[in-house]
Parts: sequence; C-alpha cells; structure tokens
Amino acid sequence: MTNDRPPSTDTQGPLWEVFTQEEQGAPHRHAGSVHAADAEQALQNARDVYARRGEAISLWVVPADAIVASTPGDAGPFFDPGNDKAYRHPQFYKVPRGVRGL
Amino acid sequence: MDQKPQAVAEDPAKLAEFQARIDRGESIEPKDWMPERYRRQLTRMMSQHAHSEVVGMLPEGNWITRAPSLRRKMSLIAKVQDEAGHGLYIYCGAETLGVDRADLIDQLLDGRAKYSSIFNYPTLSWADMGVIGWLVDGAAIVNQTVLAKASYGPYARAMIRICKEENFHKRQGYEIVATLANGTPAQKAMVQDAVNRWWWPSLMMFGPSDTDSPNSAELLRWKVKHKTNDELRQRFVNLTVPQAAAVDLTLPDPDLRYDEATKNWEFGAIDWAEFHEVIRGNGPCNRERLEARRAAHENGRWVRDAAAAYAAKHGAASATNAA
Ligand SMILES: [Fe+2]
Ligand SMILES: [Fe+2]
Repeated sequence: MTNDRPPSTDTQGPLWEVFTQEEQGAPHRHAGSVHAADAEQALQNARDVYARRGEAISLWVVPADAIVASTPGDAGPFFDPGNDKAYRHPQFYKVPRGVRGL
Repeated sequence: MDQKPQAVAEDPAKLAEFQARIDRGESIEPKDWMPERYRRQLTRMMSQHAHSEVVGMLPEGNWITRAPSLRRKMSLIAKVQDEAGHGLYIYCGAETLGVDRADLIDQLLDGRAKYSSIFNYPTLSWADMGVIGWLVDGAAIVNQTVLAKASYGPYARAMIRICKEENFHKRQGYEIVATLANGTPAQKAMVQDAVNRWWWPSLMMFGPSDTDSPNSAELLRWKVKHKTNDELRQRFVNLTVPQAAAVDLTLPDPDLRYDEATKNWEFGAIDWAEFHEVIRGNGPCNRERLEARRAAHENGRWVRDAAAAYAAKHGAASATNAA
C-alpha cells in the first residue's frame, strides 16, 4: 500500500477469528473475524456482525494469533501419510458376490 | 521500504503455476503463494469495496429519523446496519492479505482511498430511500453475485454472505418505490424525480466502459472478475427496465429501446466526464461524506479507548487472581 506515514495507533483492538454453529448438532465453522479489546467484546461484536439473522446458535471467538495452521507450501508431504493408504477405505476390500450388508 | 506500486519481478515458474491454479478454477487462500500484483489489486478492490459499504450508510442514515412509519424506520435501520456488516466482512477479508484495518480506515478518513462514486450524490427526498434500495443495491447485487465466484477465497466468501442479505435491501426499496408510484400525484412525482436523479449514477456504478478500463483484462485473467463492466451494466439495465415499467415509472433515457436481435435494452451514452469528476472528489457530496465519516470515527474514539482500558484493567485483575 502507498503509505508514507507511520501505521495507525488507533488499532481498534486485536483480531479474533469467529466460528459459528448454525444449528443443533452441526460443527462450528469459520465465519470471519472481528476486532475487539477483549473476549467479551469479541463475542458481542461477532454476534452483531455474523449473527444478525439467526445464523448462529453458538459462537466461538479465538485470538487470531493463537491459531496454528498448516502451510500450503508443505501441504504435499504433510498430508502424504493420509493420501497413499487406500487400505483405509472400504472400497479397497473385495467382498464375494452376493454378500449383502457389508 | 519503497511501497510505491511497481513491477515486481516474479518467478516465471511460480507465476505459471498460479495461473494454472486459477484456470483450473481453484480458489486462492491467504497463505498460498500469489503474485505481488494480485495481492495489490485485491487489496485495492476489497478496501475500496469495504469503504463503499461504510460510506454507503451515510446517505440513508440521513433519513432514519424522517422515515414515514415505524415499519419503514425499522427496515431502514436494519439495512444501514447490514451495510456496516458488509464493510466489516470485506475489511476482514482484506486483512487476510496482510494489511491492517486501522490503516485502511486511515486511508479512507484522510481522503487517500476511493469509494463508490454513487454515495457522493445527495438524498433529497424520502423517495430516494426507495430508489437507492431498488437501483443502487440492485446494481450492487449484479456486481456482487459475480464477485461471489472471485478466485480469492476470503473475498468470494464475504460476497456470498453479502448477497444473501442484499435481496432484502432491494425488495424493501422496491416496495417503497411501488407504494409511492401508486400513491398521490405528488408522491408519484417525487418517486419519478428520484428515479431521474439516480438512474445515470447507478449505471456508472459498474465503472468505466470496457474500452477505458485499464485493470479489467488482468482481473478477468485472474478470475477476480468474471464479467466486464459493460456486460454487468447491460445485465442490470435488462433487469431494471421491466421493473420500472411494472410500476409505471419512466427511465430518463430517450435512447432506451429494446433490440430484438441482441435481446438487450440498448441505452444512451453515459456522461463519463461527470463520472470522472465525482471520482476526482468533485461530486455534490464528497466533502460532506468524508466529514461525516471522520466525525463518526472521532465520536467513537472514547468507546474504543474505554474498551481498551477495561480490557487492560480486567486482564491485569485476572492475572493477579490467577497468581
Ligand atoms: Fe452492502
Ligand atoms: Fe445493500
């Protein structure tokens, strides 16, 4: 960005990632983020921003810098152990013709 | 550090792989490698878009206290609140590109950033609330429906969320328009006047013509955009002409005519000189909008300071309790 001046000091608080549960029994899914001074305000902001129309029955807010994520560059080798094990899938196994319920 | 936009020498192999991902229809996520120029273009587009949502609250916010009924007032408050939410969704997406929201807001407040020229026109009557919902949100929907397929994941996801909410904006606007159009002669004249004033600026919302749109080719190649400005503008006109006819309102364009061959409503020439003047800061309300935005930001400062002070005190207290 074109920016010759010092970064803003009005930070509006740290960043929190927001996860919403849309209905009973559903997993919490990432919805976006909010800025807030503390956890309580983060929850209120998340409600106002991501749940104005009953989109959520439960909210999680997590300090953004507390999230540890895998890196796309290493995705190949990192997920490899799970990618080459066909024997973990039911289709790997042969079942005699005519046998049902397997 | 020199941060002026300039050509960065990108690794040709990485660039080719990036384009191949785009061509396969994959979505680009924040931690993925991306050309510096892609990052810059998206930062520019997303921050301008977020600013537009935020500034877009002002022309309508003006009328909340003057809404003609409680029902209309509740709808208008909810709509303006949605626009604040839209701004926040997109700022949140822009931050994944490595910029700080506070810096983006600084750029808006000190006049360095751009936002949609439409919000620099005045809202003169209650009918403008109807026409803005119908035409301005209607045009935004046409734009945003396509942006919901943008190659940058966080932008596309923000657009999907926004599109779900925009239909309410358009319908509440059209309801106001239809009510006035079926009202007294004075009400009908008021809404026709609003249509006359907002029609051309609404067409300008899609940006310069394809022949004068320097960024378009690149954005299309990167699938940030999927349609050109002129294609989207035409789609909007085709959708809107029958909606105007349905409530017996005319659109202020003597050249408007249906072309049987193309199935398009052909429209007259847009006054691009006016468009560029408004972009340059010389629209009827540019100064007023920025002043209102700055005042709102300053008036909210004590809330941010109080929240920070409370968090600091509370954090210190719980640290002591834990010890
Ligand atoms: Fe919006
Ligand atoms: Fe809207």
